[in-house]
Amino acid sequence: MTSSSDIDGSTRFALYRSLLEIRVVEKRAYDLFLHNLVKGTSHLALGQEAVAAGFAVAMRPDDYTFCTYRGHHHTLARGAPMVGVLGELMGRKCGLMAGKGGSMHLTSVRHGVMGSYAIVGAHLPVAAGAAWSAQYRGTDQVAVCFFGDGTTNIGAFHEALNLAVVWKLPVIFVCENNLYMEYTPIASVTAVEHPAADRAAAYGLPRVIVDGNDADAVFRLARDTIAAARAGGGPALIEAKTYRHSGHSRADPAKYRPPGELEDWLRRDPVTLYRTRLLEAGISEAALRDVELATQGAVDAATEAAKASPPAPVEVVEQDVWSDGGSAWRN
Amino acid sequence: MAELTYREAVAAGIAQEMARDDRVVMLGEDIADAGGVFKTTVGLLERFGPRRVRDTPISEQAIVGAAMGAAMTGLIPIAEIMFSDFFAVCWDMIANEIAKARYMTAGQMALPLVIRTANGAGSRFGAQHSQSVENWAMAIPGLKVVAPATPADVKGLMAAAVRDPDPVIFFEHKGLFATKGEVPDGEHVDRLGTARVLRQGSDVTLVALAAMVPRALDAAERLDREHRISATVVDVRSLVPLDTQTILAEVTRTGRMYTVEENPRLCGWGAELVSIVAEERFYDLDGPIIRITTPHVPLPAADALEDHAVPTVARIVDTVVRTAG
Repeated sequence: MTSSSDIDGSTRFALYRSLLEIRVVEKRAYDLFLHNLVKGTSHLALGQEAVAAGFAVAMRPDDYTFCTYRGHHHTLARGAPMVGVLGELMGRKCGLMAGKGGSMHLTSVRHGVMGSYAIVGAHLPVAAGAAWSAQYRGTDQVAVCFFGDGTTNIGAFHEALNLAVVWKLPVIFVCENNLYMEYTPIASVTAVEHPAADRAAAYGLPRVIVDGNDADAVFRLARDTIAAARAGGGPALIEAKTYRHSGHSRADPAKYRPPGELEDWLRRDPVTLYRTRLLEAGISEAALRDVELATQGAVDAATEAAKASPPAPVEVVEQDVWSDGGSAWRN
Repeated sequence: MAELTYREAVAAGIAQEMARDDRVVMLGEDIADAGGVFKTTVGLLERFGPRRVRDTPISEQAIVGAAMGAAMTGLIPIAEIMFSDFFAVCWDMIANEIAKARYMTAGQMALPLVIRTANGAGSRFGAQHSQSVENWAMAIPGLKVVAPATPADVKGLMAAAVRDPDPVIFFEHKGLFATKGEVPDGEHVDRLGTARVLRQGSDVTLVALAAMVPRALDAAERLDREHRISATVVDVRSLVPLDTQTILAEVTRTGRMYTVEENPRLCGWGAELVSIVAEERFYDLDGPIIRITTPHVPLPAADALEDHAVPTVARIVDTVVRTAG
């Protein structure tokens, strides 16, 4: 499992850089809350970085990402600019969507991030539709759709899985099982032990579980699964076991977690795990420090740039309801 | 000019656009092999093949969601929801996702798609298969909403809906499927956001939509013949965008306005029109504006009950005679 000879050095650096970038930006987002510079709600992905990095590094630039309100990590992993992400969280003009979407709806179409969806389950059929489009147009693009464990109990999950299999669509459904659906342990509200993987058989799909805190394991599985979907093999359903280090959202101190659980998972922190792996593989401490300093510097610069950006301009309120740029509903 | 039924005009409009643009694809329950439960998609599978005309499972969220995903990535899907009542099981997709995606992303994506659906009463199907829900769609920013009354309008507005770069909800009326009308030969493309004055009178203006349009026309004939009341009839055709200028002009000319609405009373489409007229033409009115609607009840199934609930020609005539004085 720790064998990594099949992953080349530049890929491993890309994975580490992505893990770090997500980690530092998410921590920064939390700090910005505390300074009241980020309003509304936000759902951090601290602890779930490896799922995003492992997939994004394995994807082609024209592949599609669909994610949820907990989507900062996937948006960053596909290469969306940090200043656009932080600016959107802060409601600034420089935000990816000029402040119109906010934390739960990060989108960067030019990076293949086709939206962060805040109604649980909604984006699974949408991802299937994007995959249908790719299949129809013959572009061999693949859609990768990330969602939480709670999504496996809503109807849209099952509708999308069934349609994707029947139409043999190039879409990969990735459940990030972080053990809690909002404030409730997923196990206490789900009929099966593995909320996604144990449902795969219902759609004739193999049962696939991956260590979602191991970036190499995720990357390897992503690479192979994407290749199969690209080649016309149809959809896949993957359950990545992971853990969120913070609460469900900004409002949640996560006091429902049993004592010691967080500490256990912090010992399997995806960032430190991967750092150790790289050192063991012979990468020098100095090289890692270089990446870490560069990432920290880039996040600091993006933070300052976003802070310096003016607030979202009020003109946008009545813009872009329609494709003509406006919102007129009458003559 | 060829004479087509309303249901044939649906297929004719879709076929015209599919022949013109390979990006146009269709999905829905029973639309391919079966040609639609209302026979509105007959012949499309044979002509355009199973890649472009696809049967789906009974999965309304998947149908509409897949249309959204396809639209944002370069296709122009036409999704069918068999009965408009079923919008309620995929309303998240329509109201939260499709309607808002362009806005929330500051214009990063376009969603050129059409959601067709069979709307309205007349088939005695009861409260879950007979509703008029055009006012649901109208209430959501980001959706265009059309509801044609004639075969020519079905074909022309279908073409306009498919060519429109934004999501369009296309209401086909179950009670009109068998009606016939002249449809222009060759390519026929209408314009969204345009009402049509079907008849001009001098005393009152009746504003109607979909199946209420022929009833308003019949009522106007009877008002003229039996009561010497001269009525204008406006077919709204498009609720979003709304052609308020045509309606305001006709109401100003007669000084009296009646809406004829199949949707239940509260927040029906006519309520918005009344508010616009009250704000902008109050001093041109010669009397109160009156809404003739289905009462605020779920629709009953029995023929006598359904007929009583939905505005009839007799109710339109009686209401106008009683109030136009």
